[in-house]
Amino acid sequence: MRNPLKPLVDKFGLPRVIIVSFFLLLVVAAGGFQMNLMQLLSDCVRRWGMFGILALAMVPAVQCGIGLNFGISMGIVGGLLGGLIVIQLNVAQNPSLVAISPLLAAWVAVLLAILIGVVLAIGIGYLYGQLLNRVKGSEMTVTTYVGFSIIAFMNILWMLLPFSNGELIWPNAGKGLRNTISLAASFSGVMNNTLAFKIGALTVPTGLLLFFFLICFLIWLFMRSKTGIAMSAAGANPMFAKAAGINVNKMRLIGTTLSTVLAAVGILVYAQGFGFMQLYNGPMMMGFTSVAAVLIGGASPKRASITHVLIGTFLFQGILALGLPVANQFIPESNLSEVMRLIISNGIIIYALTQAKGGDSRE
Amino acid sequence: MENTNETYVLKMDNIAKEYSGNRVLKGVNLHIRPGEIHALMGENGAGKSTLMNILFGMPVIHSTGGYEGTIQVDGQDVVIDTPLKAMELGIGMVHQEFMLIPGFSVTENIKVGREISTPNLVSRIFGRSMESLDFEQMAKDAKKALKTIGLQIEEYVKVAGLPVGYMQFIEIARELDKTGIKILVFDEPTAVLTESEADRLLEAMRVISSHGIAIIFITHRLDEVMAVADGMTILRDGEFVARKEIKDTNVVEIAELMIGRKVEKLLDDDLPDNRVISEDEIAVSLRDYRVEMPGERVKGVDLDIRRGEIFGIGGLAGQGKLGIPNGIMGLYKATGHVKINGQELNLDKLGDALNHKVAFVSEDRRGVGLLLDESIEQNIVFSAMQTNDKFLKKIAWMKLYDAAAAKVHAEQMVKTLDIRCTGIRQAAGRLSGGNQQKVCLARALTLEPEVLFVSEPTRGIDIGAKKLVLEYLAKLNRETGMTVIIVSSELVELRSISDRIAIVSDGKLACILKPDDSDANFGLAMSGAWKGGEANA
Repeated sequence: MRNPLKPLVDKFGLPRVIIVSFFLLLVVAAGGFQMNLMQLLSDCVRRWGMFGILALAMVPAVQCGIGLNFGISMGIVGGLLGGLIVIQLNVAQNPSLVAISPLLAAWVAVLLAILIGVVLAIGIGYLYGQLLNRVKGSEMTVTTYVGFSIIAFMNILWMLLPFSNGELIWPNAGKGLRNTISLAASFSGVMNNTLAFKIGALTVPTGLLLFFFLICFLIWLFMRSKTGIAMSAAGANPMFAKAAGINVNKMRLIGTTLSTVLAAVGILVYAQGFGFMQLYNGPMMMGFTSVAAVLIGGASPKRASITHVLIGTFLFQGILALGLPVANQFIPESNLSEVMRLIISNGIIIYALTQAKGGDSRE
Repeated sequence: MENTNETYVLKMDNIAKEYSGNRVLKGVNLHIRPGEIHALMGENGAGKSTLMNILFGMPVIHSTGGYEGTIQVDGQDVVIDTPLKAMELGIGMVHQEFMLIPGFSVTENIKVGREISTPNLVSRIFGRSMESLDFEQMAKDAKKALKTIGLQIEEYVKVAGLPVGYMQFIEIARELDKTGIKILVFDEPTAVLTESEADRLLEAMRVISSHGIAIIFITHRLDEVMAVADGMTILRDGEFVARKEIKDTNVVEIAELMIGRKVEKLLDDDLPDNRVISEDEIAVSLRDYRVEMPGERVKGVDLDIRRGEIFGIGGLAGQGKLGIPNGIMGLYKATGHVKINGQELNLDKLGDALNHKVAFVSEDRRGVGLLLDESIEQNIVFSAMQTNDKFLKKIAWMKLYDAAAAKVHAEQMVKTLDIRCTGIRQAAGRLSGGNQQKVCLARALTLEPEVLFVSEPTRGIDIGAKKLVLEYLAKLNRETGMTVIIVSSELVELRSISDRIAIVSDGKLACILKPDDSDANFGLAMSGAWKGGEANA
């Protein structure tokens, strides 16, 4: 009876059909509750841009063959350090920059933070890649635990690193970094507000989206370059790549490093949109959120594309953005939305992992 | 020569088997006398393993529709439908890969599954599985079995760490320990053994047969057959060729029977051949060439392949012929000296062969040859893009994929090689075997190689595609002067296309033959019984 729909469902994938239906249901429900739909949609778009680059970090990881990179906290840590250094140096308050324009100063600050983060992430990613080349076959388990371990390790370092700026350290004891650091005095919202405009009640964070698309474009270019194609081949079939004279380990190293670098960029973009940087256990589950997003977009542990990132992040973040207020309408003062987030993100990860043929791709 | 008065412990008559319409056994007879060592011979794919699977009632036989023909054990008609039934009838098997548990002692390995136990208090309540083990009695049995085959080893040592030769003997001891064993099958037992170990094994086989146990000895090695066997059965392409008494025959006759002359014309003769092949122009030269490819080890080969010829490399599976091209391409660790057109190849540098204009079509199409999920276009242009920087356009500092150029080339290749597909965007994994092979070939040719290695070019593809692939290779060779090296287990194929054929046996070069050399010569070379002589034909 539903035959005409079947090929369409097959092509689009059942999980996405469900998620899209759920998203539409939420939109309808929000409308039914007389909520400000435009404002909710603005929120969707904003979160899309904020989380996009973190989800994008999965693409080089999956394509180079290490699978879903649950350990993007390795890169996140690099990005956070970049942000901390920039705040420590008061770049955004630099008088000569502020004299030209406060917005310019904020942009310089965020770009400098990204630059420092990228440099650190290259180093971290290289070491991380070396590790992953030694544990072939169980990368996803290892990335998960490495991701958790770096958080624990950094919990110690956050207490010990010699930062001294009053914005950063605990106000009372004066030792160790704060849990949540406000970016109001540095680069909070710099991308979101640049060139932002409104269509009715719908706010479009132009600068944020442009930056997100720019990074996507750069990755797209890379994936079409000689190295990018070689990297994808090494991930899809290592023996094939070897037969074509490609150093598979080197390609995996490039992919892992690139993924880590994107995570560093991603966390800073996220932080500027959020207005705060969260240290300590803040970035612990970021890996899971990003993995869930690309998987919803249709990626698998063997194949991921930029389209998957764009679709997946929008759907996943859209559901979260709409879910909280709508759920609160149903059951006021519950944390239903948080429960829903966990069910969706962990559920989709389990679903995707059961779909993946374990270990070797050779049937 | 059938003697109806003789008693046979095993009689398999008119055995036939079909795998989804493909007849792999066509009325085979196998008759074994008690206490006889009977060799079962034939090339790869002759049907030996299928016949043994039937004898053991393996599930693979019964899940694919069973077999035809009759089996008699001790003159009684039997139906063997499970391995358990075969065991009850006294049929045992010594596996090629050892089925031993490393952490267990020799006794435990021999007795596993058939432990001797005595009742105790707990077992009276909870049943037999709780009985205590009678280690003394088990050790005694194990000692006895070990003594029968003359293995000097303490029965309490752990199997882990024992030499390979010992493990084989423990396998045999386990089979011997089974009471009522009548027939023991040895599946290529000497393949993994050193020479002295193999000699001891043959000695043990004689001892076992003197106890009245019949042995079915599957092997490729003619010298071993001549040394121990009493009788032999030869299969070829699933057909029964002959049953011979060893004393009535000789090596040359056996070799001829194994190879046979198959009339199958794979190549038309009307290709104009105006190549000039000179002994001085060597395209590929191997010296003391060794490759560590599991299961296809190359153990020191010296070989010169002349520029512009079609050179065949043949031999039985597992003898090392596949290791030769795989080592050159850097897929497995290789040592020794390889010269391509006079230039030394750096075997440690991945992709060096590609840089010397050598291309390779792998025997493992789905594993090595293709990116199954990628398009035909991607598969065809990939190697040339990575090696020769083709199909790339330069934009600023970046080298980006040139989709337009790739499309033109892929479409042209699809046309030239007649690849049947829905379009160049179709995923390579969706194609039939023959068309996948053509895609692999197209990729190799896109590299514009001077030397082309093609490994098992016709494995798993139908006869029409087979002919087309071979014809195309011959045409390439004639028209462009490309040196083509074909590695194949199909002798017919090699003999119909090659100028010279090297036979590899036990990781070494047995000899180089001409396609029109006698069947006996090919048979001898492949069975490791070549005694030199006209080695440079």
